[in-house]
Amino acid sequence: MNLSLGPLLYYWSRDDVLAFYDEAKAWPVARVYLGESVCSRRHLLRLSDWLALAEQLAAAGKEVVLSSQTLVESESDLKTLRRLVSDGRFRVEANEWGAVRLLSEAGMSFVAGPTLNVYNPETLAVLAELGARRWLPPVEMSCATLASLLEQAPDGMETEVFAYGRLPLAYSARCFTARHYNLPKDDCQFRCLDHPDGLPLATRDGASFLTLNGIQTQSAGVYTLIGELPALRDLGVASLRLSPQSRHMERVIEAFQIALAGNGRAAGMLARVMPGPAVDGYWHGRAGLEHSAERQT
Amino acid sequence: MPLDLICPAGSLVSLKAAIDHGADAVYMGFRDNTNARAFPGLNFDEAQAAEGLRYAHDRGRRVLLALNTYPQPDTWTRWTDAVDRAAKLGMDAVILADAGLMRYAARRHPQLRLHLSVQGSATSYEAVNFYREHFGIQRAVLPRVLSLPQVENVVRHTGVEIELFGFGGLCVMVEGRCLLSSYCTGESPNTAGVCSPPKAVQWTDTPSGLESRLNGVLLDRYGRDEKAGYPTLCKGRFEVGGETYYAIEEPTSLNTLDLLPEMLKIGIAAIKIEGRQRSPAYVAQVTKVWRAAIDAVKKNADGFTPAPAWQAELNKLSEGQSHTLGAYHRPWK
Repeated sequence: MNLSLGPLLYYWSRDDVLAFYDEAKAWPVARVYLGESVCSRRHLLRLSDWLALAEQLAAAGKEVVLSSQTLVESESDLKTLRRLVSDGRFRVEANEWGAVRLLSEAGMSFVAGPTLNVYNPETLAVLAELGARRWLPPVEMSCATLASLLEQAPDGMETEVFAYGRLPLAYSARCFTARHYNLPKDDCQFRCLDHPDGLPLATRDGASFLTLNGIQTQSAGVYTLIGELPALRDLGVASLRLSPQSRHMERVIEAFQIALAGNGRAAGMLARVMPGPAVDGYWHGRAGLEHSAERQT
Repeated sequence: MPLDLICPAGSLVSLKAAIDHGADAVYMGFRDNTNARAFPGLNFDEAQAAEGLRYAHDRGRRVLLALNTYPQPDTWTRWTDAVDRAAKLGMDAVILADAGLMRYAARRHPQLRLHLSVQGSATSYEAVNFYREHFGIQRAVLPRVLSLPQVENVVRHTGVEIELFGFGGLCVMVEGRCLLSSYCTGESPNTAGVCSPPKAVQWTDTPSGLESRLNGVLLDRYGRDEKAGYPTLCKGRFEVGGETYYAIEEPTSLNTLDLLPEMLKIGIAAIKIEGRQRSPAYVAQVTKVWRAAIDAVKKNADGFTPAPAWQAELNKLSEGQSHTLGAYHRPWK
């Protein structure tokens, strides 16, 4: 089992993005997902910049995958998608079915992303026939459902599981960050830049609940499966996806790396660098915001 | 036949109300989690479905069956059985979201008409055409996220009929790509066919007001003079940056009567009315207004303005007594 660095879901300054991936060259991750998968208005890095980064990371020995945009609305979104596919140097993660169409037409093998909604082996088989070689279950899928699904998974299909980070839960045409600032989406003034780990949303009694990240809504809780590595191994999961955060990402990766090596102190190390409370309810077939450790006490 | 009126049938009584008041077609679900309105007391068993079909077909109308949740590995046959039953009953189409199930339906029942559900999250013509090429879908229902010019662009680049939501509950998120409900309660539309399920709702009268909670999470607190609505997760009031407001969306409904001439012009095949969970009286009233409006726009698109009486009637029925054009109108975003 190895580690993947998931696509950056937030909007950071160009310098911060470049510095982050410069460091990532030395991190013990097998694979790095690059590209803007959340909002087409985020432009500090253009596709050509992402491709240049991809070359650098590949030269540093990383497998590079380009993540496609999850919500495709306009002709210009499609144009970006076509350029992503036609470049051809790197594998692409398809995050909606238009990308699947273009990739299969181009005869390119691809990664089936978590928003393609693969809930059963029949749908995974459809994707395998079209060229998917790796896939991610929806983040809400439980260990038990994944186990059932994998009993009938197509031969050679590699499974990657979202194993760390705030959960991407929903996508909208509306930008909730712009809404918070009473700005129209078309003139959002790129306020996401002020919130490198998203904008926290709490209930009226002060409980942290969600995180607003432009058109994406994330959990406030940080999903972590660091305590579930034996089960993930038993399932034959090939990789764990760790989702970028603005600070201490290196230590997150380090914690997972030593956990993979069997060090029982890894969970404690991780807890110190998490930007919110741990959650793992989805993995146990429960509400996503629950955490198994709390239920046991 | 452009601008077909597709109305919700949560029960046989609602189905008849919709047909009697002018629906061109109704959509329904079986009585389990194979559809996205898996609420207690709602939906059809096989005998009721057969009776509904008879009632509609006798009057020259159609019945569409929603099988638009995502089949789970251990219960896969529940969904394929439902497809088989739909074909046997003579459903005019099945509305599917899952690619695997679509392949099953296309192979096993090549004569069965397939619609791509809004839960399939197809927002571009590339995605719509994918389902056309691989499974032969005839129609796609678009998520409520595109502006009208973006919808027009989809129509222009596909041979698939396009159906839009016209009225009723407003999903702010891309349908099929929203897990807020399962994050909070363990059940999502994709897997369980419910959003913010009633069994997780809790109302408590407190000194600071009436509180609505979903699996313990406070969604809103109402003052004495405020009207409390059903606690749908995305329509609660939350705190962001020290402000308390409807951070995601107000409790409001979608109403696109104003857009009918444009929808006709760009070649929208059908308008869908949301609300299988609503009462037969609601279905009757909404269907009646929309029938009149669609007839009027077809007769004279250029001179069309929604009658004030229609808007008043629909406003009375709307969630929060207010309505919005949603994403069809770009400033909403």
